[in-house]
Amino acid sequence: MLLISCPNCGPRDETEFHYGGQAHVAYPENPDALTDRQWAEYLFYRDNTKGAFAERWVHSTGCRQWFNMLRDTVSYDIQAIYKMGEPRPDMERAVVNTTAATTPEGATK
Amino acid sequence: MAETATPAETAKRANPETLRAARRSPASHLAPTFESGSVAGTVTLKEIPFQTMVGIRVERDSDAGARLASVTDGLPAACGEVSGSGRATTLWLGPEEFLVIAPESAHDSLGGDLIRALVEALGDDPGQVVDLSANRTTFELSGIRARDVLEKGCSLDLHPRAFRAGTALATEIGNIPAMLLKTGEESFRIFPRASFADFLGRWLLDGMREFASPEVP
Ligand SMILES: [Zn+2]
Repeated sequence: MLLISCPNCGPRDETEFHYGGQAHVAYPENPDALTDRQWAEYLFYRDNTKGAFAERWVHSTGCRQWFNMLRDTVSYDIQAIYKMGEPRPDMERAVVNTTAATTPEGATK
Repeated sequence: MAETATPAETAKRANPETLRAARRSPASHLAPTFESGSVAGTVTLKEIPFQTMVGIRVERDSDAGARLASVTDGLPAACGEVSGSGRATTLWLGPEEFLVIAPESAHDSLGGDLIRALVEALGDDPGQVVDLSANRTTFELSGIRARDVLEKGCSLDLHPRAFRAGTALATEIGNIPAMLLKTGEESFRIFPRASFADFLGRWLLDGMREFASPEVP
Protein backbone atom coordinates (compact mmCIF):
# COMPACT_ATOMS: atom_id res chain seq x y z
CA MET A 1 0.00 0.00 0.00
CA LEU A 2 1.40 3.38 -1.02
CA LEU A 3 1.01 6.27 1.38
CA ILE A 4 0.29 9.28 -0.80
CA SER A 5 0.49 12.84 0.53
CA CYS A 6 -2.43 14.72 -0.95
CA PRO A 7 -1.48 18.43 -1.27
CA ASN A 8 -4.81 19.30 0.42
CA CYS A 9 -5.38 16.49 2.91
CA GLY A 10 -1.98 15.10 3.86
CA PRO A 11 -0.91 11.44 3.86
CA ARG A 12 -3.65 8.95 2.99
CA ASP A 13 -3.88 5.36 1.83
CA GLU A 14 -3.44 4.67 -1.87
CA THR A 15 -6.98 3.22 -1.98
CA GLU A 16 -8.39 6.75 -1.55
CA PHE A 17 -6.81 7.80 -4.87
CA HIS A 18 -7.24 7.08 -8.54
CA TYR A 19 -4.55 7.10 -11.17
CA GLY A 20 -4.82 9.51 -14.10
CA GLY A 21 -1.99 8.43 -16.40
CA GLN A 22 0.99 10.35 -17.68
CA ALA A 23 1.17 14.03 -16.75
CA HIS A 24 2.13 16.95 -19.00
CA VAL A 25 0.57 15.57 -22.18
CA ALA A 26 -0.36 18.85 -23.84
CA TYR A 27 -3.49 19.06 -25.94
CA PRO A 28 -2.41 19.63 -29.54
CA GLU A 29 -2.41 23.28 -30.49
CA ASN A 30 -4.23 22.59 -33.73
CA PRO A 31 -5.93 19.17 -33.60
CA ASP A 32 -7.44 19.64 -37.09
CA ALA A 33 -3.98 19.71 -38.61
CA LEU A 34 -2.99 16.32 -37.20
CA THR A 35 -2.98 13.18 -39.29
CA ASP A 36 -4.95 10.22 -37.96
CA ARG A 37 -1.72 8.67 -36.81
CA GLN A 38 -0.65 11.79 -34.92
CA TRP A 39 -4.09 12.07 -33.32
CA ALA A 40 -4.02 8.41 -32.29
CA GLU A 41 -0.57 8.92 -30.83
CA TYR A 42 -1.77 11.93 -28.86
CA LEU A 43 -4.75 9.96 -27.53
CA PHE A 44 -3.25 6.57 -26.84
CA TYR A 45 0.55 6.60 -26.90
CA ARG A 46 2.21 7.10 -23.55
CA ASP A 47 5.73 6.71 -22.27
CA ASN A 48 6.58 3.46 -20.57
CA THR A 49 9.30 4.84 -18.38
CA LYS A 50 11.52 2.71 -16.23
CA GLY A 51 12.41 5.09 -13.40
CA ALA A 52 11.06 8.53 -12.52
CA PHE A 53 7.70 9.11 -14.18
CA ALA A 54 5.44 12.17 -13.96
CA GLU A 55 1.81 11.13 -13.57
CA ARG A 56 -1.57 12.50 -12.52
CA TRP A 57 -3.55 11.34 -9.49
CA VAL A 58 -6.90 12.34 -8.02
CA HIS A 59 -7.87 12.11 -4.34
CA SER A 60 -11.24 10.55 -5.12
CA THR A 61 -12.51 9.76 -1.63
CA GLY A 62 -11.04 12.91 -0.11
CA CYS A 63 -10.94 16.39 -1.57
CA ARG A 64 -11.55 15.14 -5.15
CA GLN A 65 -8.72 17.32 -6.47
CA TRP A 66 -6.14 16.38 -9.09
CA PHE A 67 -2.40 16.74 -8.61
CA ASN A 68 0.85 15.60 -10.19
CA MET A 69 3.31 13.10 -8.81
CA LEU A 70 6.84 12.13 -9.73
CA ARG A 71 7.10 8.43 -8.96
CA ASP A 72 9.81 5.88 -9.59
CA THR A 73 8.16 3.06 -11.52
CA VAL A 74 10.74 0.56 -10.29
CA SER A 75 10.93 1.33 -6.57
CA TYR A 76 7.53 3.09 -6.24
CA ASP A 77 9.41 5.82 -4.41
CA ILE A 78 7.37 9.05 -4.57
CA GLN A 79 9.94 11.75 -5.33
CA ALA A 80 7.69 14.79 -5.59
CA ILE A 81 4.07 15.88 -5.45
CA TYR A 82 3.13 19.15 -7.13
CA LYS A 83 0.10 21.07 -8.34
CA MET A 84 -1.67 20.68 -11.66
CA GLY A 85 -0.26 23.23 -14.08
CA GLU A 86 3.14 23.36 -12.41
CA PRO A 87 6.13 22.16 -14.44
CA ARG A 88 7.77 18.88 -13.60
CA PRO A 89 10.30 19.52 -10.80
CA ASP A 90 13.89 19.21 -11.90
CA MET A 91 15.07 16.38 -9.66
CA GLU A 92 18.58 15.05 -10.10
CA ARG A 93 17.44 11.46 -10.30
CA ALA A 94 14.81 12.41 -12.83
CA VAL A 95 16.97 14.29 -15.31
CA VAL A 96 17.41 11.36 -17.71
CA ASN A 97 13.71 11.16 -18.52
CA THR A 98 12.73 14.83 -18.49
CA THR A 99 12.58 15.29 -22.26
CA ALA A 100 10.66 12.11 -22.86
CA ALA A 101 7.99 12.90 -20.30
CA THR A 102 7.33 16.50 -21.28
CA THR A 103 7.07 15.98 -25.03
CA PRO A 104 4.06 13.92 -26.08
CA GLU A 105 4.93 11.71 -29.00
CA GLY A 106 2.05 12.84 -31.14
CA ALA A 107 3.13 16.46 -31.00
CA THR A 108 6.55 15.86 -32.45
CA LYS A 109 6.08 13.14 -35.08
CA MET B 1 -51.66 8.81 -16.39
CA ALA B 2 -53.20 7.32 -13.31
CA GLU B 3 -50.09 8.07 -11.25
CA THR B 4 -50.24 11.81 -11.85
CA ALA B 5 -50.91 13.58 -8.59
CA THR B 6 -54.04 15.69 -8.40
CA PRO B 7 -53.65 19.20 -6.97
CA ALA B 8 -55.36 18.00 -3.80
CA GLU B 9 -52.82 15.20 -3.39
CA THR B 10 -49.95 17.59 -3.98
CA ALA B 11 -51.29 19.89 -1.30
CA LYS B 12 -51.67 16.96 1.07
CA ARG B 13 -48.12 15.85 0.40
CA ALA B 14 -46.76 19.34 0.96
CA ASN B 15 -48.11 19.33 4.50
CA PRO B 16 -44.98 18.94 6.67
CA GLU B 17 -46.49 16.32 8.96
CA THR B 18 -47.82 14.17 6.13
CA LEU B 19 -44.45 14.51 4.45
CA ARG B 20 -42.61 13.49 7.58
CA ALA B 21 -44.82 10.44 8.13
CA ALA B 22 -44.21 9.24 4.59
CA ARG B 23 -40.42 9.34 4.83
CA ARG B 24 -38.33 6.29 5.49
CA SER B 25 -34.66 6.75 6.40
CA PRO B 26 -31.94 4.66 4.73
CA ALA B 27 -31.22 2.61 7.88
CA SER B 28 -34.69 2.65 9.44
CA HIS B 29 -34.96 -1.14 9.01
CA LEU B 30 -31.84 -1.52 11.19
CA ALA B 31 -33.12 0.57 14.11
CA PRO B 32 -34.04 -2.44 16.30
CA THR B 33 -30.72 -4.11 15.46
CA PHE B 34 -28.80 -0.94 16.34
CA GLU B 35 -30.60 -0.87 19.66
CA SER B 36 -29.96 -4.51 20.52
CA GLY B 37 -26.38 -4.30 19.22
CA SER B 38 -25.52 -1.28 21.35
CA VAL B 39 -23.68 -1.93 24.59
CA ALA B 40 -24.72 0.69 27.12
CA GLY B 41 -21.73 2.51 28.60
CA THR B 42 -19.35 0.91 26.09
CA VAL B 43 -20.41 1.63 22.54
CA THR B 44 -23.75 2.67 21.09
CA LEU B 45 -24.93 3.16 17.54
CA LYS B 46 -27.97 4.97 16.24
CA GLU B 47 -29.17 6.64 13.10
CA ILE B 48 -30.03 10.33 13.14
CA PRO B 49 -32.34 10.43 10.14
CA PHE B 50 -33.27 13.20 7.75
CA GLN B 51 -30.74 15.85 8.67
CA THR B 52 -30.78 18.80 6.31
CA MET B 53 -27.65 18.76 4.14
CA VAL B 54 -26.68 21.32 1.57
CA GLY B 55 -23.71 21.09 -0.77
CA ILE B 56 -21.94 24.36 -1.50
CA ARG B 57 -19.37 24.99 -4.19
CA VAL B 58 -17.93 28.47 -4.07
CA GLU B 59 -14.60 30.23 -3.99
CA ARG B 60 -14.17 30.87 -0.30
CA ASP B 61 -12.44 34.24 -0.69
CA SER B 62 -14.99 35.65 -3.13
CA ASP B 63 -17.88 37.98 -2.29
CA ALA B 64 -20.33 35.10 -2.70
CA GLY B 65 -18.14 33.05 -0.36
CA ALA B 66 -18.37 35.78 2.26
CA ARG B 67 -22.15 36.05 1.88
CA LEU B 68 -22.56 32.27 2.21
CA ALA B 69 -20.24 32.28 5.21
CA SER B 70 -22.48 34.81 6.92
CA VAL B 71 -25.42 32.38 6.58
CA THR B 72 -23.48 29.33 7.78
CA ASP B 73 -21.39 31.17 10.39
CA GLY B 74 -18.17 30.71 8.48
CA LEU B 75 -16.77 28.37 5.85
CA PRO B 76 -13.92 26.06 6.90
CA ALA B 77 -10.56 27.01 5.39
CA ALA B 78 -8.68 23.70 5.30
CA CYS B 79 -9.02 19.93 5.36
CA GLY B 80 -10.43 18.72 8.68
CA GLU B 81 -11.85 22.07 9.73
CA VAL B 82 -15.47 22.42 10.77
CA SER B 83 -17.23 25.74 11.18
CA GLY B 84 -20.64 26.87 12.32
CA SER B 85 -22.68 27.27 15.42
CA GLY B 86 -26.09 26.25 16.65
CA ARG B 87 -27.86 26.75 13.34
CA ALA B 88 -25.67 24.61 11.09
CA THR B 89 -22.35 22.79 10.96
CA THR B 90 -20.20 23.17 7.85
CA LEU B 91 -17.68 20.55 6.82
CA TRP B 92 -14.74 21.03 4.45
CA LEU B 93 -15.00 18.68 1.45
CA GLY B 94 -12.48 20.33 -0.83
CA PRO B 95 -10.80 23.71 -1.42
CA GLU B 96 -14.03 25.07 -2.93
CA GLU B 97 -16.55 22.53 -1.70
CA PHE B 98 -18.44 22.40 1.59
CA LEU B 99 -21.25 20.44 3.20
CA VAL B 100 -23.69 22.25 5.48
CA ILE B 101 -25.47 20.02 7.98
CA ALA B 102 -28.42 21.24 10.00
CA PRO B 103 -31.30 19.69 11.93
CA GLU B 104 -34.21 18.26 9.97
CA SER B 105 -36.42 21.23 10.87
CA ALA B 106 -34.10 23.61 9.01
CA HIS B 107 -35.26 22.13 5.70
CA ASP B 108 -37.49 24.42 3.68
CA SER B 109 -40.08 21.67 3.14
CA LEU B 110 -40.58 21.49 6.92
CA GLY B 111 -40.90 25.19 7.55
CA GLY B 112 -37.20 26.08 7.71
CA ASP B 113 -35.42 28.54 5.47
CA LEU B 114 -31.80 27.35 5.31
CA ILE B 115 -31.73 26.39 1.64
CA ARG B 116 -33.51 29.53 0.49
CA ALA B 117 -31.13 31.66 2.56
CA LEU B 118 -28.12 29.94 0.99
CA VAL B 119 -29.50 30.18 -2.55
CA GLU B 120 -30.13 33.88 -2.00
CA ALA B 121 -26.65 34.38 -0.57
CA LEU B 122 -25.05 32.83 -3.66
CA GLY B 123 -27.22 34.92 -5.97
CA ASP B 124 -26.07 34.91 -9.59
CA ASP B 125 -22.40 34.47 -8.73
CA PRO B 126 -20.47 31.40 -9.88
CA GLY B 127 -21.02 28.45 -7.55
CA GLN B 128 -23.60 25.93 -6.42
CA VAL B 129 -26.06 25.49 -3.59
CA VAL B 130 -27.66 22.05 -3.84
CA ASP B 131 -30.08 20.32 -1.47
CA LEU B 132 -28.33 17.04 -0.66
CA SER B 133 -30.47 16.04 2.31
CA ALA B 134 -31.36 12.70 0.73
CA ASN B 135 -27.78 11.94 -0.30
CA ARG B 136 -26.42 10.80 3.04
CA THR B 137 -27.72 9.63 6.36
CA THR B 138 -26.11 10.15 9.74
CA PHE B 139 -24.87 7.50 12.16
CA GLU B 140 -23.88 8.38 15.67
CA LEU B 141 -21.31 6.07 17.20
CA SER B 142 -20.35 6.84 20.75
CA GLY B 143 -18.87 5.38 23.89
CA ILE B 144 -15.42 4.50 25.19
CA ARG B 145 -15.06 1.80 22.51
CA ALA B 146 -16.28 3.93 19.59
CA ARG B 147 -12.75 4.60 18.37
CA ASP B 148 -11.85 0.89 18.57
CA VAL B 149 -14.84 0.04 16.40
CA LEU B 150 -13.93 2.68 13.81
CA GLU B 151 -10.31 1.62 13.71
CA LYS B 152 -11.34 -1.78 12.40
CA GLY B 153 -12.38 -0.22 9.13
CA CYS B 154 -10.67 3.15 8.88
CA SER B 155 -6.96 3.69 8.38
CA LEU B 156 -6.85 7.34 9.50
CA ASP B 157 -4.97 8.11 12.69
CA LEU B 158 -7.92 8.39 15.08
CA HIS B 159 -5.82 8.87 18.20
CA PRO B 160 -7.04 11.99 20.06
CA ARG B 161 -3.65 13.67 19.60
CA ALA B 162 -4.16 13.53 15.82
CA PHE B 163 -7.94 13.54 15.44
CA ARG B 164 -9.51 16.10 17.75
CA ALA B 165 -13.13 16.75 18.57
CA GLY B 166 -14.53 19.27 16.13
CA THR B 167 -12.66 17.78 13.17
CA ALA B 168 -14.18 16.13 10.10
CA LEU B 169 -12.47 14.12 7.37
CA ALA B 170 -13.63 12.48 4.17
CA THR B 171 -12.23 8.98 4.09
CA GLU B 172 -13.03 5.29 3.76
CA ILE B 173 -14.74 3.33 6.52
CA GLY B 174 -15.22 -0.37 5.89
CA ASN B 175 -13.99 0.22 2.33
CA ILE B 176 -16.76 2.65 1.47
CA PRO B 177 -16.39 6.43 1.17
CA ALA B 178 -17.85 8.37 4.09
CA MET B 179 -17.45 11.58 6.02
CA LEU B 180 -16.32 11.20 9.61
CA LEU B 181 -16.99 13.98 12.13
CA LYS B 182 -15.68 13.81 15.66
CA THR B 183 -18.24 15.57 17.82
CA GLY B 184 -16.78 14.80 21.26
CA GLU B 185 -13.98 12.84 22.90
CA GLU B 186 -15.98 9.63 22.60
CA SER B 187 -18.54 10.42 19.96
CA PHE B 188 -18.42 10.36 16.20
CA ARG B 189 -20.89 11.09 13.44
CA ILE B 190 -20.50 9.16 10.23
CA PHE B 191 -22.16 10.29 7.01
CA PRO B 192 -22.43 7.44 4.51
CA ARG B 193 -24.32 7.78 1.24
CA ALA B 194 -27.87 6.44 1.54
CA SER B 195 -27.16 3.38 -0.58
CA PHE B 196 -24.26 2.41 1.72
CA ALA B 197 -26.19 2.90 4.96
CA ASP B 198 -27.26 -0.74 5.28
CA PHE B 199 -23.75 -2.03 4.58
CA LEU B 200 -21.99 0.40 6.91
CA GLY B 201 -24.60 -0.08 9.65
CA ARG B 202 -24.04 -3.83 9.61
CA TRP B 203 -20.26 -3.35 9.40
CA LEU B 204 -20.29 -1.19 12.54
CA LEU B 205 -22.60 -3.62 14.35
CA ASP B 206 -20.19 -6.43 13.55
CA GLY B 207 -17.32 -4.33 14.89
CA MET B 208 -19.28 -3.62 18.08
CA ARG B 209 -20.18 -7.24 18.78
CA GLU B 210 -17.01 -8.22 20.63
CA PHE B 211 -17.60 -5.49 23.23
CA ALA B 212 -20.88 -7.12 24.30
CA SER B 213 -18.96 -10.12 25.69
CA PRO B 214 -16.86 -10.09 28.83
CA GLU B 215 -13.24 -9.20 28.13
CA VAL B 216 -10.92 -12.18 27.85
CA PRO B 217 -8.08 -11.59 30.27
ZN1 LIG C 1 -7.11 15.35 -0.77
